[in-house]
Amino acid sequence: MTELLEHTQPLIDEPATIEKVAIVVSKGSLEGIYPALILANGARMEGIEADLFFTFFGLDAIRRDRYGKIKVATVGNPGMHMATWLGAMPGFSALATWMMKRQMEKIDIPPIPEFIELVHDSGVHLFACKASVDMFGLTSDDFVPQVEDIISVGRFYEQAAGGQIIFT
Amino acid sequence: MTTTLIADPLVDVDAEGFLTNPEQWNEQIAEAIAADNGVAELTDRHWLVVRFMRDRYLRTGNAPSIRALGKESGVPVKELYELFPKGPAKLAAKIGGIPKPKGCI
Repeated sequence: MTELLEHTQPLIDEPATIEKVAIVVSKGSLEGIYPALILANGARMEGIEADLFFTFFGLDAIRRDRYGKIKVATVGNPGMHMATWLGAMPGFSALATWMMKRQMEKIDIPPIPEFIELVHDSGVHLFACKASVDMFGLTSDDFVPQVEDIISVGRFYEQAAGGQIIFT
Repeated sequence: MTTTLIADPLVDVDAEGFLTNPEQWNEQIAEAIAADNGVAELTDRHWLVVRFMRDRYLRTGNAPSIRALGKESGVPVKELYELFPKGPAKLAAKIGGIPKPKGCI
């Protein structure tokens, strides 16, 4: 018995490292998409494999007609620290988005279309969720060319095997 | 901080092997660090990236982001990852004898 237990101990006490991540993007707001892109890019910069799986409104981040128009959610977002009626004023979300983008440009964070290209060129694989694509009545023509495929949940798990899954 | 013999002379490095004093760097050290980190041979394209990183750091006190590296070094992002598969910014900084880049991008 003692012998058996000893064998379950790791032979060398190496610090744990992450080798692979799969990031699920389910939200279509600026604050829903950026963290995922930063995590994916940051993973590649550390030599970690990374996949991005876009589902539900997260699909906006890879839709040709929408990915250049992603906005900050100014309504129903307690992080904005403002009255809901103010966030709902016409043009307010556009203004908040403009201010945030300007701030990001200062610290060298690219706009979403350029960021999608950057992570793709860095070796991140981009996938669209089949159930969401069908639900919204979309086809592969609706997506930017960096999207590798439209895949089922089953294929997503196959693709993510052996790595960590992050949901944003 | 420790000192280590990568190539002559002894250099100061941090826990991850990044030089802490860029002035101690030379090309032999760069080649030795590269070989230690899975880059068997430094081609002209590797040198272009390494020198760009180093020059930018020495000039501004900051290593460039991967975005700036891809736009301004003359080597596009795709090729950067072919040259340095385990992370271009990090590895080029290490080979170039400058501290590890601190930015998130």
